[in-house]
Parts: sequence; C-alpha cells; structure tokens
Amino acid sequence: MEFVVITMAKIAVMLGVLLTVVAYTVWLERKVCAWMQDRVGPNRVGPFGLLQPLADGLKMMLKEDVLPRHITDKALYTLGPLMAMVPALVTAGAIPWGSQLPLFGRQIQCVVANLNAAVLVVFATSSFAVYGIVLAGWASNSKYPFLGGVRSSAQMISYEVCLALSVVPVFMQIGSLSLCHMVEYQTHHTWMIFMPWQWPSFLIFIISAFAETNRTPFDLPEAEQELVAGYNTEYSSMKFSMFFLGEYAAMFVMSAMMVTLFFGGWSLPFAPFNRPATTLWIGLAHVAIFLAKILVFLFLYIWIRWTIPRVRYDQLMALGWKIFIPLTIVNIVFVGIVLALWGGR
Amino acid sequence: MTFLDTLFWFLSIAMLLSGVGVIASRSPVTSAMFLVMLFVFMAGLFALLEAFFLAAIQVLVYAGAVMVLFLFVIMLLDVRASQQRRVKLLAVFGGVAVAGALAWELILILQQPVRPLAGSDTNLHGGLEAVVKPLFANYMLPFEVTALLLLVAMVGVVLLSKRDME
Amino acid sequence: MLVQRPKLTFWERLYLPQVLQGLWQTLSHIPRKKFTRQYPEEKPPLYGKYRGAPELVRDPDGRVKCVACQLCEFVCPPKAIRVVPGFRKEGASDASVEKEPSDFIINMNRCIFCGFCEEVCPEEAIFLLRDFSVSGYSREEMQFHKDKLLELGGVREDKIQKWKNK
Ligand code: SF4
Ligand code: SF4
Repeated sequence: MEFVVITMAKIAVMLGVLLTVVAYTVWLERKVCAWMQDRVGPNRVGPFGLLQPLADGLKMMLKEDVLPRHITDKALYTLGPLMAMVPALVTAGAIPWGSQLPLFGRQIQCVVANLNAAVLVVFATSSFAVYGIVLAGWASNSKYPFLGGVRSSAQMISYEVCLALSVVPVFMQIGSLSLCHMVEYQTHHTWMIFMPWQWPSFLIFIISAFAETNRTPFDLPEAEQELVAGYNTEYSSMKFSMFFLGEYAAMFVMSAMMVTLFFGGWSLPFAPFNRPATTLWIGLAHVAIFLAKILVFLFLYIWIRWTIPRVRYDQLMALGWKIFIPLTIVNIVFVGIVLALWGGR
Repeated sequence: MTFLDTLFWFLSIAMLLSGVGVIASRSPVTSAMFLVMLFVFMAGLFALLEAFFLAAIQVLVYAGAVMVLFLFVIMLLDVRASQQRRVKLLAVFGGVAVAGALAWELILILQQPVRPLAGSDTNLHGGLEAVVKPLFANYMLPFEVTALLLLVAMVGVVLLSKRDME
Repeated sequence: MLVQRPKLTFWERLYLPQVLQGLWQTLSHIPRKKFTRQYPEEKPPLYGKYRGAPELVRDPDGRVKCVACQLCEFVCPPKAIRVVPGFRKEGASDASVEKEPSDFIINMNRCIFCGFCEEVCPEEAIFLLRDFSVSGYSREEMQFHKDKLLELGGVREDKIQKWKNK
C-alpha cells in the first residue's frame, strides 16, 4: 500500500515537472530562435514572456476542435495524438532523475520504476511514438499527412535500430541494462564521455536521437515546404497540442538518456554530488543538476534546429542504413576488443 | 485473489479480447492496432512472471518494429478492397477447425508436468542473463543456424525483388 | 548545358566543418543587437508618400471635395466603396457644384489599399493617407462612413480650387 502511494506521488511529481519543463522548452525554443534571428521573441505575457506557455496552453484548450469531414475512422484519428504523447511521458518513468530524497524518515528513490532492463523499456516505449504519427497520417485520410506518416514510419524504424545498437558498447562496459547502475558506475569511475572509445557511440546516439525525435535536420515527416505540416495537418486544438507536447517530451527523454548514459546522470565528479544524497537538500540538488544537464541538450536541439537545413529523404535513409548501422556494428566489435584488451570493467 | 492475480486476469482477458478484435475488425489498420495491443498485454503477462527482459523485447521487437512494418505495408495497399470483402463460410469453418486443433494440442501439452529447459538456471529470475545464457552457451548452434537462415531469407528477398528491375 | 558539379574533398563531404561554422554563426547572433520594433508602443516611421487607408479630404475652405461621381466605386477592385449621391444645400457657397455624397461608405474589411480610387478621382477628393492599422471589434465597425472618412482625411492644402469661382 505504502509502495503504491509513494509511486503514485512520484508519478504525479514527475509528470508535473516534466510537463513544466516541456512547456518551458517551447518557450526557450521561441526565445532562442528569436535571438538567433536578431529578434526578441515572446515578451508580452509576464516578464520576459515567461507566462507565454500558460497563455499558449489556454489558447489551445479554448480553440475549437475541428473534425474534418473526410475523416472516416474517428477512433484512430483520436488515438494518433494520444499515442504520440503518452509513450514519451511513460518513458520518463524509467529514468533516474536523482539519487534519493530522505523524506519523512524514508529514503525515496528518485526514479518511478527502477527496472533492471530500463534501457530496453525506454527504447520499447519510445518506439511506440511512431504509431502516433503513422496513425495520424493514415486516419487523416488526405495525402500530405499520409506521406508524412509513411516517411516517418520508415525513418523511425531505421533510426531505432541505430539508436539501440549505438548504446550497446556502453552496456558492454557496465554489464547491466539498468539506468541506475549506469549512473552508479559513472560516479565510481568517470563519465562515459571521458572514455575515448565511447565517443563513436555517443556521436551516433546523438544523431540518431535527432532523427528519432523528428527534429531538424531530420524533420522529414513534417517538412513544411513539401508536406504542409505533415502528419498533423488535419489536427487542431488539444489534439494538435498533444503532438506538440509529445515532440518536446520525446526531446526531453532523449536528452535525459544522453545525460544518463554519457554524462553521469545526476552526479557531478566532486564531493557531495558523486554519491547518493544523505540530506534532502543534496537530493534536490541532484535533481537540479540532472535538469540542468538536460537543459544543455535541449539547447543543443534548439540550436541545431535553427542552424542546419533539412536533409533530403534519400540522404537520410542512406545515412541510416549504409553508414550508421554498419558503423554501429563495427563499433560494437571495436569496443569489445578494447574492453577485452584493457579490461574496461 | 491477490493484486497480482487480478492483474493476471485483467491482462489475459484484455489480451483475448484484443485477439478477437484482430480478427473481427473490418479495417486492416484497426486489426493491426488490436494486434499491437495484444502484444502489449502479452508483455504485461511476461512482466508478471518477472521476465522483464522478455517483456521489453516483446514490446520493442513485435510492437515497436514488426507491427510498424506491417502497418507500413497495409498503408501502401488498397485497404478498401479488403474492407468490402465478404466473409466466406468455408473460411470460418476452416478457422474454427484450426483453432480447435491448436487448443486441443495446447491442452495436451499443458497437462504434462513442467520441465525446466536443459541448461537454464531457475534462479536467474527471467532477467537478461536467464535468456542470454542458455542462448549463447547451451544452444549456440541452433541460435546461429537460425540467424543464418534469417540472413539467407533476407538476401533471397532482396535478390527476388531486384530481379524485376533489370 | 551540363552543370559540372564541383568535386568535394573528404572534409567537405563530411559536412562537419560547415555544420560547426553554421552553429557558430547562429550562436554569435544571440548576444547581438535586436532589430525588433515593439510595435504598439513604438510606431514605425512613415515616409512622405506613404499610402495607408483611403480617406476623404476637404479643400482649404472646408468644403467636401467629392462630387459623388462614383468613379471610385466602379474602379474599386474588391468593391469596397459605396457612394450614395445627394445634392449640395440650396444657397450654400458651394451650391454650384450641385452634387455631393449624402453618404460615402468604405468597407475597410475589403479595401486592399490599392490606390485606384485615388488615381481615378477627378476631383482629387480621396487619398490614401497615413492610417495603416484600421481595426474594429465588429464588421459593422469596419464600415467607415462619410463623417468618419472626412474626419480622418482632414483638410488638403490645394492651390487649385476649380469650383471656387464657378
Ligand atoms: S484603395 Fe483600392 S480597394 Fe481600397 S477603396 Fe480604393 S480602390 Fe477600393
Ligand atoms: S471620391 Fe472622387 S471618384 Fe469617388 S465619388 Fe467622390 S469625386 Fe468621384
């Protein structure tokens, strides 16, 4: 019973934090994009436009939910945005947000589900996001969303393979699929990113993560110039904002994965931050460190989006199948040899 | 009935219902989505047995990859034709016969006492090692042969599909 | 003509240097001076011949210049103008002009600020002046009537007043 209550509370807090961060990522994106284009960005609602996400959310909720007449399968049409958003939120539950919080005389782990196959669960759940896009594309019953849906299913399947294969070397070194062990290992040794033989994995992972979240330069499913808005063309109001939330939540989760796998999760490589927290404040500081690291990656996402033009579709597929997948396999063998020779563990 | 029992019944009934949904729904896309649901519930059953690795792989491979490919193919086909197709009586009888045979077989098998697989260690709690150890230690040859077979099939398909273009 | 594609070196084909260059470019813009104009508080500078919304003008003696010839009504591409012709007041100083609009309506929802009305007007009575943001809370509010148009247009300082001595 106690377990259920604590887990429920964790889920509530996690979702609250996640959605807030996601909302403010949208704000950050608009701000950063504006700055990069020598503009000011949202600045009307609240100081520095900080209340903009609230205004946006309110606007989205109050908008009319238009159901185009040519949509025959309403159930699938509604399922689309749900499937785009929910997986990303679920995935966040398998990621350790911090070490632990000593609260009410208990040690509360800062992870909703401490699974021993957490990485697989993350990949498995995030692979569901593709259904959202495919269903939206199909159920919209018109050609641009459909093309977007087809494109995205091909893209996401290809890059899922790269994504999963690229982190295999990391787990070969740790010898566990648990994300909590992952962070623990990095607190004892050093962050993965400081081990040169893991660099190829990181590079491939980060690029595949961009493709997996459909962000520029790989935002082919919603290429505005060719496909209007791709899969979300026929959506409005809350359904549209669910796609939006889903995209940003997926960005968050992917950033969290990068932080956990390569940048030591909630830890910093010096005194009170490199071991599980003993006081509440250090516990909270760990969460803050984790979020700060994620913020860096979110900024990277945004930065790249407003810099690099979209690649062509055949380039994208060629990059995935002809370069990345062979490269990841070679990388696995290479890291295996390195670990066997120098005994990485 | 404990909490886990309730969960078991819920998952199995939901799984069977989505199985019915797969064959009962007229639109292939809806069928495919029911199949995805079925895989997810099945993964839930695996998780109940503490086979978390298997559960994750189930979702990752079947629901995450195979079904997306299925959907992909369905979307490229003309689904309207199959939506209008009439159900043939013979097909129904055939289906019922096959299902009955399968059920009978299952009952026969399940009446046998449960024997652990040779080389598997029941103490491993269905984690990663429980699946991987026997696979790479005791059943290495069959495993590799299967992999080779799949590779051959793949190469064959590529060859067949490319021949048309020449 | 065959365009010879330049042969790219290995570095160039990697795209990475270019990508980094681009990233630096965007990053270096973040702290730069912003060009945003805070619109409702900061009005944009309007230059001499700015052409905003069409408005009616009076001559230096305060008389309505429009003679209700309805040319602008005919020429207006989106049919935004509606002129209701009427007569000047008997005995007034401008009675010799005979006609004047008893009402003159421009539907600002439809007007495209093309300036045809200004060009066609034989009396130089309508001009595109400096109001560029015409807004209202209802469609009704966006129908600008004669009084409003005259008020907005004001007096036009013209040396030639062809009706003055007729
Ligand atoms: S500016 Fe053009 S559109 Fe507007 S009232 Fe004059 S003629 Fe009509
Ligand atoms: S504004 Fe000019 S063109 Fe239009 S009715 Fe009056 S005199 Fe004629």
